[in-house]
Amino acid sequence: MSKIKPSKGAPYARIMGVGGYRPTRIVPNEVILEKIDSSDEWIRSRSGIATRHWASPEETVAAMSIEASGKAIADAGISPGQIDAVVVSTVSHFKQTPAVATEIADKIGAGKPAAFDISAGCAGFGYGLTLAKGMVVEGSAEHVLVIGVERLSDLTDLEDRATAFLFGDGAGAVVVGPAKEPMIGPTVWGSEGDKSDTIKQTVPWDDYRDGTVEKFPAITQEGQAVFRWAVFEMAKVAQQALDAAGITSEDLDVFIPHQANMRIIDSMVKTLKLPDSVTVARDVETTGNTSAASIPLAMERLLATGQAKSGDTALVIGFGAGLVYAATVVTLP
Amino acid sequence: MAATLEEIVDGLAEIVNEIAGIPVEDVQLDKSFTDDLDVDSLSMVEVVVAAEERFDVKIPDDDVKNLKTVGDAADYIAKHQAA
Repeated sequence: MSKIKPSKGAPYARIMGVGGYRPTRIVPNEVILEKIDSSDEWIRSRSGIATRHWASPEETVAAMSIEASGKAIADAGISPGQIDAVVVSTVSHFKQTPAVATEIADKIGAGKPAAFDISAGCAGFGYGLTLAKGMVVEGSAEHVLVIGVERLSDLTDLEDRATAFLFGDGAGAVVVGPAKEPMIGPTVWGSEGDKSDTIKQTVPWDDYRDGTVEKFPAITQEGQAVFRWAVFEMAKVAQQALDAAGITSEDLDVFIPHQANMRIIDSMVKTLKLPDSVTVARDVETTGNTSAASIPLAMERLLATGQAKSGDTALVIGFGAGLVYAATVVTLP
Repeated sequence: MAATLEEIVDGLAEIVNEIAGIPVEDVQLDKSFTDDLDVDSLSMVEVVVAAEERFDVKIPDDDVKNLKTVGDAADYIAKHQAA
């Protein structure tokens, strides 16, 4: 047996920069109400959502990602050529081959980095972040670009009064790179495939192609079951992530849960008994639920508006279709 | 020891009061959670989880939709609570 030289990575990893892109078109609840029998008050009381952004034909998954990535790379203070890997989490890129990560890598000027897409629904950012941390520490990449991007308006049934108002479009990106001390905690993640019907695409693409169904596929969910799981089971996961990082909620500055629904966010805060001193991301009000993009978008806005600052300790938790989840404590860039 | 129906209704009244801010005296057996007490579908989940803890009972998601009135919930809890 020949001796194989081991790879050499950084001792730890950190988020070096963050960037976001929100489509130009802002869609208020009034537009949603043109196709469903509901009211602005009902939508706001059930979801906390007032407006969301919907992408134009030009604001493609790749185009939004490129914008967000440029900002994240600039925020990290590196050049695009220093990116060694691009990880894109999305469920709404309709051209599955090749992976959109390769086009993004090329267009941002990253040269020839490793590039691939992952599918982990609304937990996608946490999954990507965990992979990126692993690459940096293991040594297969020094800088990893992690992108969460969705055009969920393409997968929304505008005639379904339970979901028509929920989803939005956008892209969020972070650069993960080397650190001298731990700045991304252990990830608590997992899947519960026995609950795969709780949040799902209504029908497979080929059913639509074959004419078995008339309606284009959309994302649907069992609201009460999702709410219970998200609030009460995910609060336990969030607590486990704090425990794994060796901190308590008293040590926390910022809480950035996946922006699924304001009611879920508020109930999680209550269940976790977070102190009032913790800043809570409530980006869902004006962004809607953007799945894999929601956490980096919310992170960017908190930093941009001064509600959070570089060096703050933040708990991020994503959860969604699968069901899957990922939670970790990070130091904000 | 299992709670009596009266104790269950009192407990539900406290839970509904805490979650939805409804006066305890309004929480009566014949009241509908959604129509009379303004407990929406998501608050109902919070009521159910709080009731599960308080009365040591499991109320699966599939059964939650059948609990229309306070009486439905009280009867369900009385029937399913641990002896």
